Amino acid sequence: MQDFAQSFVLAGTLVLDADPALVQIVGLSLRVTATALLVSALIGLPLGAVLAIARFPGRGILVVLSNALMGLPPVVVGLCVYMMLSNAGPFGVLKLLYTPTAMIIAQSILITPIIIALTRQVIADLNEDYADTFRSMVVPVHTAIATLLWDARFSLMTVLLAGFGRAIAEVGAVMIVGGNINHVTRVMTTAIALETSKGELALALALGMVLLLIALAVNATASLLKSVEGRFAHA
Amino acid sequence: MPSVVSFPAAHEEALRHKHASPMALRVRHLAYQAGPTPILSGIDLDLTTDALTVLMGPNGAGKSVFLRLIHGLLQPTVGEITWDGQTLTKAIRKQQALVFQKPTLLRRSVRANLQFALGLRSLANRKERLEQALEEASLTDLASRPARVLSGGEQQRLALARALILEPKVLLLDEPTTNLDPASVLMIEQIVRRVRRQGVKVILVTHDQHQAKRLGEEVVFLHKGHVSEHTPATDFFSNPKSDAARAYLGGEILV
Ligand SMILES: Nc1ncnc2c1ncn2[C@@H]1O[C@H](COP(=O)(O)OP(=O)(O)OP(=O)(O)O)[C@@H](O)[C@H]1O
Ligand SMILES: [Mg+2]
Repeated sequence: MQDFAQSFVLAGTLVLDADPALVQIVGLSLRVTATALLVSALIGLPLGAVLAIARFPGRGILVVLSNALMGLPPVVVGLCVYMMLSNAGPFGVLKLLYTPTAMIIAQSILITPIIIALTRQVIADLNEDYADTFRSMVVPVHTAIATLLWDARFSLMTVLLAGFGRAIAEVGAVMIVGGNINHVTRVMTTAIALETSKGELALALALGMVLLLIALAVNATASLLKSVEGRFAHA
Repeated sequence: MPSVVSFPAAHEEALRHKHASPMALRVRHLAYQAGPTPILSGIDLDLTTDALTVLMGPNGAGKSVFLRLIHGLLQPTVGEITWDGQTLTKAIRKQQALVFQKPTLLRRSVRANLQFALGLRSLANRKERLEQALEEASLTDLASRPARVLSGGEQQRLALARALILEPKVLLLDEPTTNLDPASVLMIEQIVRRVRRQGVKVILVTHDQHQAKRLGEEVVFLHKGHVSEHTPATDFFSNPKSDAARAYLGGEILV
């Protein structure tokens, strides 16, 4: 019991002193997940919007697929990316295994379906409103997509935050493809797992606190966006 | 039994020669069905370009559906719709504007809603057009307000301004003054008169008989999915031929 209390105190000081090891780990986590989110957003937002408004053969299958892939188990993603990037795999020559890039790839694969599926829903809802007007005014498809994405931007930021939250909290995939190498691929979640297993609770707790804070910040931002949107756009 | 009153052929012929820019509508054997429910049937109608057409009829008669059909937003179950002899295409629709009974505005400012419309066509003098449109709809002071927080009447005015900014040859108005105060009604009627003078073909749906008398040159009366009357406006109000129209004008409930 006393050990725990000590660990908490130590964790608190680590956070407050901005311990260099801690800062490095948090920094890498944020960098990896932010990059993964950027990649996923660039793919997922337009694709989700297209799925929402275009009618083409195979669309239904893609919608079901993106919905199903929302629940991809991270370890499975990790395993697949591992096989692709390992020396024996098709992309082995790129020597990406155990690099931050590998982790970015894994997290992107993990959250792109989430971004696609949630974007599709948001855009489809808005399009239900806009579709007749767009058809009446003969709005070209690309303009329609751009307009819908822009006018739904607050809801879409919430979508991105959901993706961010999922990616930054994920441990299985980055552990497998990153390898949790100190100073290279050690991120918050993998560090927490390792430190806890070593019994080094202080650093684990400190990272846990930071992770929790990030989660809180993400949620706070999301609800803030909701209220801003309410004030801005809707009657 | 739908009775169809067309203008004399000679009259139409004369018009075709004039043929400024507006478009004439020709509807043949039109029927529209939503699932198993017939909504419009047996409609034959010719609308020339030189008269403002008021489309009247009780709730549920099919007026809004008819506007969507002739604008190409709905496909007829049977029949044919042509504008100046051409079947409905995007190119035709581009020359028309429909102000919906419940207009949808973009979740943007008033100004941005008009800018969006302007961005769709390559028109000159965008800035002047924009300011003029705001002015004409008395929306200049509200220009930077989110369109969705406008009052019902302001939204209708914006919807009309957005429709007109593209200078359509055909203007389809679905009850454009339902929620408006008397001043705004007059304002919109003035706008409608102006575009009519400029040669735009206007088809206006309204339940307001006074408005219909003020603006209408001919009346098409829809009842239960049929055209039961198509006559010059003065005849319609002084001497409605169909029982349905007589009952409607007399304020009776039609079943
Ligand atoms: N998609 C649809 N599916 C089923 N029924 C429909 C559909 N669209 C319209 N209807 C029906 O068609 C009839 C005509 O509708 P429409 O909106 O054209 O009436 P209206 O003449 O414009 O009436 P109002 O004066 O109330 O606006 C109504 O009974 C309506 O319920
Ligand atoms: Mg209607």
